[in-house]
Amino acid sequence: MTLLDIHALWAGNGQKIRGGVHPEPRKEATTDRAIDREFPLPPMLYLGLQQHVGQPAEPVVNVGDRVRKGQLLAASQGLISAPIHAPTSGVVADVMDYPSAHPSALPSPTLLLEPDGEDRWMDSLAEVDPFSLSPEEVSVRVGAAGVVGLGGAAFPSAVKLNLGRRTKIQTLLINGGECEPYLTCDDRLMRERGRDIVDGILIMMHGLGCQQAIIGIEDNKPAALAAMRTAAEDTGQGMVSIAAVPSLYPMGWDKQLIGYLTGKEVPADGRATDVGVLMHNVGTAYAVQQAIRYGKPLISRIVTVSGGAVGAPRNIEAPIGTLLSGLLAHCGYRPDDTVRYVMGGPMMGDALPHPNVPLVKGACGILALTREEVSQANAKSCIRCSRCVTACPVGLLPLEMMTRIRAGQLEASLKFGLKDCINCGSCSYACPSEIPLVHYFKYASSELLARDQASHKAEQTRRLAEERLARVARQKAEAAAAAAQRKAAAQARAKPRASEAAA
Amino acid sequence: MYILFAVLSLGALGLGLGFLLGAASRYFKVEDNPLIDEIERMMPGSQCGQCAYPGCRPAAEALVAGEAPPTLCPPGGKALAEQLANKLSLELDLSGIQDHVPLVARVDEDDCIGCARCIKLCPTDALVGAPKMIHAVVADACIACAKCVEVCPTECLKMHPVKTTLRSWRWPKPETALAGA
Repeated sequence: MTLLDIHALWAGNGQKIRGGVHPEPRKEATTDRAIDREFPLPPMLYLGLQQHVGQPAEPVVNVGDRVRKGQLLAASQGLISAPIHAPTSGVVADVMDYPSAHPSALPSPTLLLEPDGEDRWMDSLAEVDPFSLSPEEVSVRVGAAGVVGLGGAAFPSAVKLNLGRRTKIQTLLINGGECEPYLTCDDRLMRERGRDIVDGILIMMHGLGCQQAIIGIEDNKPAALAAMRTAAEDTGQGMVSIAAVPSLYPMGWDKQLIGYLTGKEVPADGRATDVGVLMHNVGTAYAVQQAIRYGKPLISRIVTVSGGAVGAPRNIEAPIGTLLSGLLAHCGYRPDDTVRYVMGGPMMGDALPHPNVPLVKGACGILALTREEVSQANAKSCIRCSRCVTACPVGLLPLEMMTRIRAGQLEASLKFGLKDCINCGSCSYACPSEIPLVHYFKYASSELLARDQASHKAEQTRRLAEERLARVARQKAEAAAAAAQRKAAAQARAKPRASEAAA
Repeated sequence: MYILFAVLSLGALGLGLGFLLGAASRYFKVEDNPLIDEIERMMPGSQCGQCAYPGCRPAAEALVAGEAPPTLCPPGGKALAEQLANKLSLELDLSGIQDHVPLVARVDEDDCIGCARCIKLCPTDALVGAPKMIHAVVADACIACAKCVEVCPTECLKMHPVKTTLRSWRWPKPETALAGA
């Protein structure tokens, strides 16, 4: 019976979904304003070399070089990496450490590009027919264009496409959920450039060799749903379908959306491809279309600038590397009213210590929140109400994990499934005692990672020490052997002389 | 004649007892505490002496005897402290080594004279170079034992705190205003 119940929770359309919360959407401030394409070029662009998951990119230009818009600035390194291109034409001013878009805002290697204001594209720009390319060529070009997951994870898209092609996935899922409050960049993109997205999806399907694509859109975006339905009917060749999904956070989590749309549950430590599905964000589909059809690398993105302290919130198509403070200033924000800067959405995004950090490929929003909008974080005792358990989309016991982490028993929290936590923030949102549960989980995960690294280092140290001792012993033995040999040789020389003397 | 009896009987007695003792020493051998061997295998084994014991085995003996806390080994860090505490069923207070700032040795290249003394001493071969050449520290292999600092004649080797980068940055523990918790 219980087995059946668990299954029922995950079964297809119209049925109950595990966990989730209903945060206030607060999307109305930006949802009806067209994407602002008139953002003036800033005086300097700061291009972090690590904007994606994996190895940082390696600069291929020198300081002082004049570059064109779209030109390669830093090449990808290793299997999982992404290159970085010039968002506009200009001069490479420096390669230095600059505060990065990270909760610590620590400096990281950054390439500085001074725009010359001409915004001249490189010469090699040409339109190609994507369907004349081989599937392998599609992912090679997606990789060369520096396309990464634009939903926030910033995982190199080409790696995902290759994986999907190798595992012969059946369904391409496109995530138009945008379940985070405030954010409307995907919503606006679907409304304004629906045909391009569908084109991008068809290109990805060509690259993957699959025949079916589903775009999942939350039902609180009727305009985007209508726009995408029209676009899919017009240009989708009958292979792209649109599905409305209930507005529930975190509906945009890949496993949740896959479970809802296909009825398949992805195993705890497995990937979406294990159930024959691959998921990409609508923004990524658009970037793929631009990269393949027009040869334009990923050099700008649509970002939501919102929050109570922003006078004229809107979506901006901004070049990568723009300072977030510049974007906020363009939208008339009031620094004095801002108590917290958030990159991404308020549920999963990172709080930034200051907004003087550059826009990265994975940033979907920048929020300047007022005192009324943020929790005052005066955590009270856990009352074991189990609301966090009800809210958890993974089916974990957040309160039990938190108790153990607070007591310092990090290993015990692993047994409660810390590794499966997706840091979605549903538990923290649901907690009536305002306990920062996700913060505990992030702390524990990073602490465990640090210990893993420390024990790895200890292992290395032991190996080095053993090798050194072996080497010292070997050198000693060799020296002794050499000395013995010399002695023997000396004796051998001495003997004939002695016999000669005797004779 | 009588003297032969005495020699033979005492000789036989001596021989018999000798065999008995030999057999006893072989079959009733008192082994070292195997725990010490196990603990020694867990330690880094670089004999760096940062724990104030002359090497990893004496440190392991002190641990088993209960004379040293499980947090004695700075290169092992929290991970080793936790393993040792688990092994020895000890209470673990990690707050002591939480404050420990990770250090790494660095060569000031202006002052290095290439004397190669540090190279001979480094327990993990983290110092590279050759006589009359400027030396350098392989930061990943350095365990911050500071042996090289003591031996350097020009004081060009110094310990520096490891700079926090995006990769080594860790989430701080949430400070909760939980009264009494």
